[in-house]
Amino acid sequence: MGWSVIRAWTAAVYLFMFLPVAVVVLLSFNSNQFGSFPVTGFSFRWFIELWENEAILRAFKTSMILGALTALISTFLGVLASLALVRYKVPGRDFISTLLIAPVLVPEVVLAVALLLFLNFLSLHKSFFLLLLGHVIFTLPFVVLVVQARLVSIRRDYEEAAMSLGANPIQAFLTITLPLLAPAIFAGMLFAFTISFDDITGTLFWKPGGIETVPTQIFSMLRNSISPEINALGSVMIILTVGLPLIGLGIARRIAAKQA
Amino acid sequence: MSSVSLRNVAKRFAGFTAVHPLVLDIPEGSFVTLLGPSGCGKTTTLRMIAGLLDPSEGEISIGDQLVNNIPIHKRNLGIVFQNYALFPHKTIYENIAFGLKYRKVPAAEVERRVKDVLDLVQLPDLGDRYPNQLSGGQQQRIALARSIVINPDVLLLDEPLSALDANLREDMRIELKRIQEKIGITTIFVTHDQSEALAMSDKLVVMSGGRIEQVGAPKDVYDNPRSTFVADFLGSSNILSVRCEDADEKRVLVNAGRLGAVSVPREKATDIGVDTSAKLVIRAEKLCLVPADAAPDQRMSVEAVVETVDYQGQAVRYFVRVGDLQLQALNMIEDRPFNEGEAVSIRFRPQDCVVLREDS
Repeated sequence: MGWSVIRAWTAAVYLFMFLPVAVVVLLSFNSNQFGSFPVTGFSFRWFIELWENEAILRAFKTSMILGALTALISTFLGVLASLALVRYKVPGRDFISTLLIAPVLVPEVVLAVALLLFLNFLSLHKSFFLLLLGHVIFTLPFVVLVVQARLVSIRRDYEEAAMSLGANPIQAFLTITLPLLAPAIFAGMLFAFTISFDDITGTLFWKPGGIETVPTQIFSMLRNSISPEINALGSVMIILTVGLPLIGLGIARRIAAKQA
Repeated sequence: MSSVSLRNVAKRFAGFTAVHPLVLDIPEGSFVTLLGPSGCGKTTTLRMIAGLLDPSEGEISIGDQLVNNIPIHKRNLGIVFQNYALFPHKTIYENIAFGLKYRKVPAAEVERRVKDVLDLVQLPDLGDRYPNQLSGGQQQRIALARSIVINPDVLLLDEPLSALDANLREDMRIELKRIQEKIGITTIFVTHDQSEALAMSDKLVVMSGGRIEQVGAPKDVYDNPRSTFVADFLGSSNILSVRCEDADEKRVLVNAGRLGAVSVPREKATDIGVDTSAKLVIRAEKLCLVPADAAPDQRMSVEAVVETVDYQGQAVRYFVRVGDLQLQALNMIEDRPFNEGEAVSIRFRPQDCVVLREDS
């Protein structure tokens, strides 16, 4: 008896979590022009309309660029920070480490308002660059956490062995540590991209007028009416934000399996 | 191949001194072992020679060259690490060829040298594998191959056998020594395992608390420990407080209480004056148990009772009581081991004893 109750309960929890997502995906293929049940026919109509919607395409492009830049900058800074924190004796290491992780712990709204006030204080105007800066701040902790965890497990004696064989410290890093670290760097980059791509809270606060990312675009479209296009866009977002990390994970596993 | 010399080399970390100023000469082509318990400074010393740690003071020379300011990658050393540190993302071939890449060795010669060294460590067919596909013993050989293929001036081994299980460790010990003798390379070996140290070294350096306790050939250090630490660390010893009652150029006579007056040859009791306190060292295997009714022989004899029997197969360790003294004896089993509670006679020869100064 006990197990079947637990099973049923588990199924209910999963249903509760994923049913709304499934509904969005299902309705995005509905030919009916009101995005609601019953489903009247299968069509790609909303995807085509999505494709022809200039505003959405622009938002999509902005999100991609923003995500990619965020990923690159966050990863670059995160890898350097992790290296410094793990490999060298930095004064106040624990404090710096906590500081880097803090943006995950602080509620995003607080962070968003704080940065906004700070910019106000500096009398800086909102711009794409500052939006990017904001995204870097709250994606950095993820990169640092992932890369640090991996770096701790890469023993120092690999590098020492490389150096004893004639590689200088930079060569040792590039030929030994970096390849061993690659899966974590890759994972961190994907994390940063996905988080940036689907962030809305911070973006709403930081984005300058006239620039929309995909989430803010959806948000503003919802204010007018619920178009089935949003369902289609939702499906695209799901594929991107779930699919990309899964692909990444698969690649990382492949690399790791070779070394293990 | 080169000699190595340390001149007053010390290492201090914030708050403690890992290695006190020490002087050590390692002759060209010799196999020298730094032996001691963990925390004795042996690994710190090795890492300073390797260039992985900067000495706080003193000079380190390899061959004729002062290397204090030469970084590790220019010292031309072979290092085998405790966990082998084989690069997990490179094949065995790539691992071994790694050092040759930085020595601008032509491709054809790289191939030949990798093949030769794989033959030397008797693993000719493993070039395409990855390190995680090899057993511990194989990884150990590859690590050795990788460190010697570059023709290093000195080979540094940091507890290379400690990660292997007991049987393999003994095989590898012999194998390592064979390879070292074959290429004749100056080798510095760090271990806490006394049997490895005794079996492999030309010269043994016993360390404790960041200082060198004793340097010498293994047999010399074993037979003539110069401090109670060395006596106790190498093998098992009985160390008794005694009083020196008489001494001349040939002999030193000590009163060992229950064990009687022991007349120890002078060369086993240097530096002992009359009427001073001293320590008498008798190795466990030099104390021989015989039945209580055995005929007297030339050895000294004391009545004792067996307290504990620690059976080890072909040998047995006894703890015996002589009055208020507990002594340990390590004997081969000839007929049958003695039983606990059995009365026995212990026999030993004065020339097998060593007398050390009270403060040593």
